[in-house]
Amino acid sequence: MSSDLDVFVGNTTLIDEEVYRLWLDGHSVAEAVARRLRGGVLEREGTSVAVLQSDTRDHYRTFQMLERLLHAPPRLLQQLLFQIPPERQALLVQRYYAFDEALARELLGKKLSKGTKKELDEVSARTGVGIRSCRRQFDNFKRVFKAVEELRGPLAENIQQLFLLDYAAIVFFANSRFETGKRRLQFLSFADFAACAQSMMGHWSQGALGEPPDPRAPEAAEPDGDLPKSFLQDLKELKVLVADKDLLDQHKSLVCSALRGKISVYNELEANFKALSRALVNVGGKLTHARDVRDFFVDLVEKVIEPCRSDKWSPGDLRLFLTHYTAARHQALWERYMAAITACLLRMYHD
Amino acid sequence: MPGKLKVKIVAGRHLPVMDRASDLTDAFVEVKFGNTTFKTDVYPKSLNPQWNSEWFKFEVDDEELQDEPLQITVLDHDTYSANDAIGKVYIDIDPLLYSEAATVISGWFPIYDTIHGIRGEINVVVKVDLFNDLNRFRQSSCGVKFFCTTSIPKCYRAVIIHGFVEELVVNEDPEYQWIDRIRTPRASNEARQRLISLMSGELQRKIGLKVLEMRGNAVVGYLQCFDLEGESGLVVRAIGTACTLDKLSNTSAFLPACNSPSKEMKEIPFNEDPNPNTYSSGPSTPLKNQTYSFSPSKSYSRQSSSSDTDLSLTPKTGMGSGSAGKEGGPFKTLLRQQTQSALEQREFPFFTLTTFPPGFLVHVGGVVSARSVKLLDRIHNPDEPETRDAWWAEIRQEIKSHAKALGCHAVVGYSESTSICEEVCILSASGTAAVLNPRFLQDGTMEGCLEQRIEEASPPGCGFCHIPYDELNMPFPAHLTYCYNCRKQKVPDVLFTTIDLPVEAIVIGKGCLIQARLCRLKKKAQAEANATSISNLLPFMEYEVHTQLMNKLKLRGMNALFGLRIQITVGENMLMGLASATGVYLAALPTPGGIQIAGKTPNDATYDQHISHMQKKINDTIAKNKELYEINPPELPEEIIGSPIPEPRQRSRLLRSQSESSDEVTELDLSHGKKDAFVLEIDDTDAMEDVHSLLTDVPPPSGFYSCNTEIMPGINNWTPEIQMFTAVRVSRLSTINPTNQTLNKNFNDLCENLLKSLYFKLRSMVPCCLCHVNFTVALPEDELVQIAVTAVAITYDKNQALQANKAPTEKSQQRASTDNEEQLQFPLELCSDPLSSQPFSPAKEVLEGASSHTGIPAAQRATSVDYSSFADRCNSWIELIKLKAQTIRRGSIKTTTSLEKASPLAEGYLRHRSVPSCTNSTVSVVKMTPLSFLPGAKITKYLGIINMFFIRETTSLREEGGVSGFLHAFIAEVFAMVRAHVAALGGNAVVSYIMKQCVFMENPNKNQAQCLINVSGDAVIFVRESELEMLPVQPSTAAPQPTSSAGDVTT
Repeated sequence: MSSDLDVFVGNTTLIDEEVYRLWLDGHSVAEAVARRLRGGVLEREGTSVAVLQSDTRDHYRTFQMLERLLHAPPRLLQQLLFQIPPERQALLVQRYYAFDEALARELLGKKLSKGTKKELDEVSARTGVGIRSCRRQFDNFKRVFKAVEELRGPLAENIQQLFLLDYAAIVFFANSRFETGKRRLQFLSFADFAACAQSMMGHWSQGALGEPPDPRAPEAAEPDGDLPKSFLQDLKELKVLVADKDLLDQHKSLVCSALRGKISVYNELEANFKALSRALVNVGGKLTHARDVRDFFVDLVEKVIEPCRSDKWSPGDLRLFLTHYTAARHQALWERYMAAITACLLRMYHD
Repeated sequence: MPGKLKVKIVAGRHLPVMDRASDLTDAFVEVKFGNTTFKTDVYPKSLNPQWNSEWFKFEVDDEELQDEPLQITVLDHDTYSANDAIGKVYIDIDPLLYSEAATVISGWFPIYDTIHGIRGEINVVVKVDLFNDLNRFRQSSCGVKFFCTTSIPKCYRAVIIHGFVEELVVNEDPEYQWIDRIRTPRASNEARQRLISLMSGELQRKIGLKVLEMRGNAVVGYLQCFDLEGESGLVVRAIGTACTLDKLSNTSAFLPACNSPSKEMKEIPFNEDPNPNTYSSGPSTPLKNQTYSFSPSKSYSRQSSSSDTDLSLTPKTGMGSGSAGKEGGPFKTLLRQQTQSALEQREFPFFTLTTFPPGFLVHVGGVVSARSVKLLDRIHNPDEPETRDAWWAEIRQEIKSHAKALGCHAVVGYSESTSICEEVCILSASGTAAVLNPRFLQDGTMEGCLEQRIEEASPPGCGFCHIPYDELNMPFPAHLTYCYNCRKQKVPDVLFTTIDLPVEAIVIGKGCLIQARLCRLKKKAQAEANATSISNLLPFMEYEVHTQLMNKLKLRGMNALFGLRIQITVGENMLMGLASATGVYLAALPTPGGIQIAGKTPNDATYDQHISHMQKKINDTIAKNKELYEINPPELPEEIIGSPIPEPRQRSRLLRSQSESSDEVTELDLSHGKKDAFVLEIDDTDAMEDVHSLLTDVPPPSGFYSCNTEIMPGINNWTPEIQMFTAVRVSRLSTINPTNQTLNKNFNDLCENLLKSLYFKLRSMVPCCLCHVNFTVALPEDELVQIAVTAVAITYDKNQALQANKAPTEKSQQRASTDNEEQLQFPLELCSDPLSSQPFSPAKEVLEGASSHTGIPAAQRATSVDYSSFADRCNSWIELIKLKAQTIRRGSIKTTTSLEKASPLAEGYLRHRSVPSCTNSTVSVVKMTPLSFLPGAKITKYLGIINMFFIRETTSLREEGGVSGFLHAFIAEVFAMVRAHVAALGGNAVVSYIMKQCVFMENPNKNQAQCLINVSGDAVIFVRESELEMLPVQPSTAAPQPTSSAGDVTT
């Protein structure tokens, strides 16, 4: 006796979190049933494999029907087909757009193109994320990227509005195309990059100035995913700090006097100050050129983090240094620039 | 009389892309009513068009208003070729035609297409202006209210219950062989949907006219069905119960009614001589001045006064209990005469109601049913559907005569159904024979004193169980005993009914869903030969279904079935029978005997061993079930020693004298006595299989209960969390050489697995009860069985449930908690009616007593239990009255004190309300339930009937996820469309929801499938009881407060 047709429809759509996870992970019905069996549901509920199969199939069907709506989360709120309590809707969206950090780390800064999609097999093998899940997540990235591409206004808010969640870091990276794949950068996790992206957007983007963007300003027309051009242009002015020897010396003496006796690596600091300062300032100066933007993280690692690490700076030392390094000059542009750089460096300074 | 229908098309959203080139749509809307069509402008290049049209006005007479649906078609404009239809919305404007229902229909409706399903939504506003108010009832039946609910709707009071109304209309089916025909399926299915919509409008209007003729103003328990007779046509038929309903105006009619008795109660302490008339208006006019009211304050008080005399603890009540018993007989005949006079002018004294106002149901005789097998022929003249009318008339006549044989003049819980296969049709009707209180059927025809006496003859807790037929001239062999509750009237050993458990019934333990399942092979045959063979099989099936039910009932240690529904389905090569009912233990009926197996070959030792093994298994199952369903009836006291109360002794004496005269009583006292046991003879392997199958029914997993009635006997503390669902399964019962046994087993497994799967799906709701479990079986093809289940899972509060478990008889309270009107009366019933309905805590004590004496042998235990319970009953009763008085006092001041509390409450209310708003969900939640109520909520308004019919078809079955994917989407769409219509009427729930038809056909070779679904229900507005309490300003909300607090005290 076989059941040809077997459906269960509730007035309130039943969402089983466990099955949803299995579905999101890209398991087939049979795999999902096997995993649920291993989870011991049979013993707990005293039911049969047939029941479990039927239940899993029902949920899978529901998810497949929901997937179309999940592609545009605000529609999920308006649609009439499935009656789902708001907190469940939120859960559906959150889980659907949640990503594996390992995968996100791989995709950071890559062009979300067909070519990249073809490489997903390797990515899947490297990260241990199922290929179907990889594809879904890749499509998610792409969908979010595409949707906000054309929009104006703060990136994070746009994404929040359209997809009801925080996806900004990935889009920001995809937009700016930072190099993240170099061997040097392998020690950095996705979370590190996401935190950096957040600081950069937080401190540098147009919305971060605390005033509504001037609609006449050229930046207002730009998507928020790009850093404001005028800001980047202004950063070039900072070069004078390292180009002018007097200024550099003055800066050095201010910082060194403030740190003497407070920092364990004082000698090394004194020796390296000029090199460090040059690196810190030049990183910003290069941001106007798209090709140099790519090297932002590489430069930070190569020219700041690695030297410090070889001199055995503690994170505390780095923090103290950066605080005083920033405080030694009073200039809004400088402080705005250094706030993000400090946050990034402190986040990245680990093994 | 004419009316003006006004329609405005506001906007659309999420429309499908109709122009591939631009990925956009140029949409416009056609609005059609009758023969008039209006069009909106084309809104170019948008998937979210904003038409914001003018008001389209249709001037029509109200006959048309009733018959026609409003048709809204959304199209894509195409300059060069024909415009493409995107989809349609049918709106039944009937709810706008009666004054008390909805005033406007406004909201987002899913745009539906038979091929593509839901394709976006459209926002529409519909209004109706009816002219000439004075005359508008003449020509049409505008204004007659329709309810699917099979009880008197919650915010109404039944002035008169007139009785049965029926009507049928026939037409040719525009599409009867969909898959083979050349015309596009969409066109013919559109035509079909339109036609059925039109026919049901016409049918409703005709029924309404009949109601007006009877001087009623409403139809309750309205059930409309379609018979798809294939080539011979399409029949739409409906039955219902005509009533005159009065809207309960919450405050004015209500508060005095509940306040005055409560005052009296405070003043009158419990004394030795409770005057039965204290609570009614006065001794001289006890009842006459009260038109029958559903508002239970009156009816309950009346009832309680009578039951007082029956069972009160005091012997000095004027009318001795013994005399009442003696007079019972004559009264019964008197009553019968009265009822007869009230009913005899009616052709069919049938009532589609399953729940009745208290006091309405006097006695219940048992289930009556009739079936007939007919050969369908083409309906030649659709205007004269005489043949079909005659068929039904014949069956109804049979039902009527069956009822008469049971000494009853009426049939309640009446329903009709058909099963069609090719040109053979089985027509079935069933109901419960009953004796009714004529007071409800006619206005003021009864003498007050007579009524008083009638009521004496039937105490509410057990009266309906008392046999209506003549003991010496019984219509069928039955064991009669004296009622275990009142000891005065005879009751049968088991009772089968099609109605819901009466509110006042005294039940022990919990109920459970009981099903009998049966397959019978039949030879494929044509026409008359086929009909004959089916007719020949039917009686055997009925018998077997009955036997199965009886066995399963006994296996659960129960003695009564409610909500019994036997469905016989005909297929090409088999017949299937599925009976569902809710088993309970009625305190008034004797303890059922066990089941005993007897072998036919006693010499064989191994065989004997086998038999005894089976016997043991059965006995174990019975014991286990008794524990599971908490069936611990107080065992009969052999003798009561040293009782401080004289009455019990008197009662026991009475009992003893009875038991002396009647052997049955003593026999039944040995609850597991072999003499009384039901004997199953195992004479062949078939019988063996039957016994095996008896034992295969697994009880639901712990935390689950199920029933097919409105409410689960024995559970009363529902939480507001409900989940209505529909599950459909189609299975192949294929075996190479099918025999009845293998088919039975397959069918049985199919049902059991389906139930198991439901329990698993709903496991997160535990502890919960599946209520109103409604199975429908169809045989779409050879060996294919389709089962559709609709039910609602309701979570209950386990902690409270534990207490409730101890009190076996909280039925009335349980019911009351769902309904404030009833609740109001509750204290009254409690105070004046201590024994017959065994109210709250006393009963609790019964069990506590029992559990504390577990070590004592059964007989002894029984005595002590009874003793303590009597003593406790008395004490707690006094306490209860005090409590009641207090709570009522508290309740009545609550209206004023609540003002002080206003701010925190209002805050709470706001906080509560702000939850959905902050999530910016734009779709309002619509609850759906097959029950007539929503737990923890009060229905404040009925907005009209929802009766919808949809067809869905596909030519790309595989692409849509196969049959399951197709049907899953379709059912979800049907739910969505029902919800949208309810929301547009301003409602937030559908009650008494039912899926009447789900006809699924597939042709996998052609990658095609089609399904047809018909659903109905009542759109309502409900308010959470918690919210009611939080709104102190509204006077109407003050009313339920006393009772809700009273409820807290008693639970």
